[in-house]
Amino acid sequence: MLNMLSEQDKQIVRAVQNGLPLTSRPFRAIAEQLELSEEELLAIIRGMCESGWIRRFGAVVRHRELGFVANAMVVWNVPEELVEVKGKIMAGFSEVSHCYQRPRRSGWPYNLFTVIHGQSREYCKKVTDKISKATGLTDYRLLFSTTELKKSNMCYFE
Amino acid sequence: MDQTDRALLNLIQADFPLVKEPYRKIGELLDLKEADVIARLKRLHESGVLRRLGGVFDYRKLGYTGTLCAIHVEPAKIGEVAAYINTFPGVTHNYLREHYYNIWFTVLAENRNKLDEILELIRKNTGIGEIMELPAERVFKIKVNLQLE
Repeated sequence: MLNMLSEQDKQIVRAVQNGLPLTSRPFRAIAEQLELSEEELLAIIRGMCESGWIRRFGAVVRHRELGFVANAMVVWNVPEELVEVKGKIMAGFSEVSHCYQRPRRSGWPYNLFTVIHGQSREYCKKVTDKISKATGLTDYRLLFSTTELKKSNMCYFE
Repeated sequence: MDQTDRALLNLIQADFPLVKEPYRKIGELLDLKEADVIARLKRLHESGVLRRLGGVFDYRKLGYTGTLCAIHVEPAKIGEVAAYINTFPGVTHNYLREHYYNIWFTVLAENRNKLDEILELIRKNTGIGEIMELPAERVFKIKVNLQLE
């Protein structure tokens, strides 16, 4: 996929990762800079969304300021042959924002990770209970975050 | 924040219109004037609720590599260690969590060598012995969309 990125693509990534201005025609300045029409620029951005380079285009919000103060990373010990089916069940929960398979390590038996954002710890625990019942998995731990030490936007190609 | 702000945030987290005049389009969808949409977004940005409006990229598709790391740090040293880790632009998320492994951070880099360099610098300059590296082997879901009532 890397060699499919043209210099123009990289310029567009740089331009749209930093955030759009709050002006009536927010794409105009970027388009002018790249010597494209707004329509051409928008077509390229839509293409990037369709091909999955852009996972999502829109507002990035601060969870805590919106009252989503509880953040649980729930880690599950799942038999290897069940990871696929259990991972899909977990991903189906709208309350789960992230679901990944990760390797086990010495002293660390957990290989499926889910993240739950909630307005309280009780909410996160309830969702975890639901997932446990739906998957039949009982070997898990909730790791609540107590402090957000950093959350930033990645700047690619800079 | 009022009900209209909530509706606005719910809408633009999921469906930001990719058109020449997106704020006018959002206004049409919510029955607001364009100027009102822009004024509300400015206020939400200034108050810190809205971090930014733009593209969230899939780092893998851009050719980058990344991993989740967990470390154990003595409570007295947490501030100092976290401050050093946070100096790297590729460290995008860093959380204190309730576990023996108490600092959890993600690192993105252009390639595996650069990622290794960052982890080596962190090991060397913080004095922590072990970094437990947990790269994603399979992504079942990434969808952060906080719907407000």
